[in-house]
Amino acid sequence: MGKLTVNGVVREYEAEDDTPLLWVIREQLGLTGTKYGCGVAQCGACTVHIDGQPIRSCVYPASAVTATQKITTIEGLSKDGSHPIQKAWAALDVPQCGFCQSGMIMAAAALIREKPKCTDADIDAAMTNICRCGTYNRVRKAIHVAVRGGDPATAGLAIERIEGSKA
Amino acid sequence: MSLPRIENGSRRDFLRGAVQAAGGLTLAIYLPGTQAAEPPAAAPEFEPNAFVRIGADGVVTVIAKHVEMGQGAYTGLATLVAEELDAAWAQVRVEGAPADAGRYNNLAFGPFQGTGGSTAIANSWEQLRKAGASARAMLVSAAAAQWQVPAGEIGVSEGVVSHGARKASFGELAPAAALLPVPAGVPLKSAQDFKLIGKQAPRKDSADKVNGRAQFTQDLHLPGMLTAVVAHPPRFGATVKSFDATKAKAVKGVVNVVRIPTGVAVLAQDTWSAKKGRDALKIVWDESKAFKLGSEEILARYRTLARQPGLVAHNSGDADAALARSGRVLRASYDFPYLAHAAMEPLNCVVRIGDNECELWYGAQFQSIDQSSVAALLGLPPEKVKINMLYAGGSFGRRASKDADYVLEAVHIAKASKSRAPVKMVWLREDDMKGAYYRPAFHHALEASLGEDGRPTAWRHRLAGQSILAGTVFGGMIKDGIDAVSVEGAANLPYGIPAMRVELHSPSDIPVPVHWWRSVGSTHTAYSTETFIDELANSAGQDPVAYRLALLDQHPRHAGVLKLAAEKAGWGQPLAVGANGARRGRGVAVHEAFGSYVAEVAEVTVSADGSFSVDRVVCAVDCGIVVNPDVVRAQVEGGVGFALSAALHGAITLKDGAVEQSNFHDYAPIRITEMPRVEVHIMPSAEKPTGIGEPGVPPLAPALANALAAATGKRVRSLPIRTEELKA
Repeated sequence: MGKLTVNGVVREYEAEDDTPLLWVIREQLGLTGTKYGCGVAQCGACTVHIDGQPIRSCVYPASAVTATQKITTIEGLSKDGSHPIQKAWAALDVPQCGFCQSGMIMAAAALIREKPKCTDADIDAAMTNICRCGTYNRVRKAIHVAVRGGDPATAGLAIERIEGSKA
Repeated sequence: MSLPRIENGSRRDFLRGAVQAAGGLTLAIYLPGTQAAEPPAAAPEFEPNAFVRIGADGVVTVIAKHVEMGQGAYTGLATLVAEELDAAWAQVRVEGAPADAGRYNNLAFGPFQGTGGSTAIANSWEQLRKAGASARAMLVSAAAAQWQVPAGEIGVSEGVVSHGARKASFGELAPAAALLPVPAGVPLKSAQDFKLIGKQAPRKDSADKVNGRAQFTQDLHLPGMLTAVVAHPPRFGATVKSFDATKAKAVKGVVNVVRIPTGVAVLAQDTWSAKKGRDALKIVWDESKAFKLGSEEILARYRTLARQPGLVAHNSGDADAALARSGRVLRASYDFPYLAHAAMEPLNCVVRIGDNECELWYGAQFQSIDQSSVAALLGLPPEKVKINMLYAGGSFGRRASKDADYVLEAVHIAKASKSRAPVKMVWLREDDMKGAYYRPAFHHALEASLGEDGRPTAWRHRLAGQSILAGTVFGGMIKDGIDAVSVEGAANLPYGIPAMRVELHSPSDIPVPVHWWRSVGSTHTAYSTETFIDELANSAGQDPVAYRLALLDQHPRHAGVLKLAAEKAGWGQPLAVGANGARRGRGVAVHEAFGSYVAEVAEVTVSADGSFSVDRVVCAVDCGIVVNPDVVRAQVEGGVGFALSAALHGAITLKDGAVEQSNFHDYAPIRITEMPRVEVHIMPSAEKPTGIGEPGVPPLAPALANALAAATGKRVRSLPIRTEELKA
């Protein structure tokens, strides 16, 4: 029996020592926003935070995480999608298929926490996640929007919008 | 069995409710063959047709007959309904339709439910607007009856029905509207009255996709469910001779190991245990009938084939004679590798086999094939196979299976397990990468002759590569031996050339499963034709844009996007000089796919060692009336990224028949650092909408190659691009 502190809650799990954190989060704790995409730390769809640092949970054994370390998943980034990165993401309609986006958002949230005035070079260095839909330019814009205070009008997408994006 | 509610899936039978009690309130034109028999449910909802449902809470639910795999179909389909309904965008939600081709067939495909060919909006354009308009008319009629005023004096705006100071919400009117007859021939709005179409309604799926709540197949968990990971043969055509599951069964969490037609499946309590169990299997494969050629050998065969005449896909004038007598002939040949779709969500499917019924949960793209294939396997009538739609984490054509391959594999596992436990079949990334159904490898050989004025006088194009349609349920679409999707974009080359001949070789002795891959034949035909025409322009000493335009006088929509892209890109103006002597170049390509026209201008910077960056891509798009311009932009941006991944890095290669790639380290999509600046310009149009999911892909690689040629003088004739060929 292991213990993890996930999104502020201590949770118990049972898994072999080699089980990646990803599968414990998804299949034992039921937090499925974090995705499996490659299993070899290439794509970043599995990105979560441990004590604020982005890690690729598909290759990180759950047994290597102690209960004193704080894990944050996409579900814990905000209660209501109100994290500046999430708001910018929704305002710019960044996601297409959406499968990589939890990992993208977690990587971006860690970036702007670390570097509140991040540059394009910072984005290039930090945002190594793969998106097959090719949302990269909107990812970049959304990070800039979040950093500047969340005004999508500054993102260069000056087009008429219909309000009410809640699905 | 009590199942969890699937928020973005189909959750009920759509013709149950008060509408049925009201005398079978269905729109015959929308609902062929529907039987109305169910008793009313407790909470009456207004369900005037198969595509819209309005609850007493005022929520407008649009039932989407097309999968949402990133292309924005849910948003676009909802926009069509909401526009004519005059709903407030915020009150609209979207639900995936069940498998029922009687109601939800793709009108472009006939009696067949499925998504593909960039048809979602095009085929729904009138159907879903009519669905919204008739619902609106019934709400108005209900208000007219309650208020005792003429219906013609009633207005509807943003989900509010009003007459003077009187107002009622959709929810308040829904119960009364449900009792009314469905009107016929309700007029649709004129384009100038559109409030949503052509504007940017925010995507309906964004909110759930930024907070982790969007439900993909990978995320589904049913009570008692087992997860299955499969060992597939190392070569195509190999089969299981024998296997030893002792060690697999010793893995904690492994519940069962079953043999299925496509390999051996390990069922476990969780994915990690299933993977460990799969990896612990000892399997002896029978490779006596396995395919053992390598990619190079396959392409060598194709090159030999392309030296011989093939079946004629297009013939006008006498190209052979014109080429033979011309003193100015150009020749080029091109190699294209196999490509994997490699969607971010590896293939998967959840299945539960019950008593004389079967239920599936996944992002279905070809519901009709999947449903009928599963029904045949289980000996069930098709309507006993229920498909619950979830979001698909990408597809790019892969989930539009011609033979339900991955769905049947899941059902085979559940069947072989002889258990009633639901099964989630999971392909790991390596399974997905090696799992075939690739964009076929192709070889093209082109020849053209130029006249005194530099214009082409003859054009001959030979293609060699596997047919996607042959041997499938779509085989009937092959006419006179020509698989149209092998030659699309080549056989209908728009340029005004007096003699044109297009010939095709479709070798049937290569058993590598091949499949449609975002923009299908145009993935290779646009490259060869648009780089070759560029060579002709160069040889003629003419500007590539002007040269094309002179040959496109019969094709105004091609010419229109070409001119727009050139103008926006500043074509003809010099590029800024590259730093440290880096070579720069600009290239263009124009192509029609799925009825939409796209031109792209790429700008590159090439270093002395041949490495290069794609700095900017300017796109011009004519896809008819635009339902959602931002979704169009997003699809073209994404199409550029998808195409660039293939152009820069994409190749699935075989060695002795075995696929050499396994994951994203050796089949590398581009990352953010390789994504160019992309500008998308939309051509205003009054034509009916055409597709946008795919047409942004084809022009990118040829525009890039033409830019590289402009910068370096070197022509890339084999993809993916090898930077060593571009050294200074």
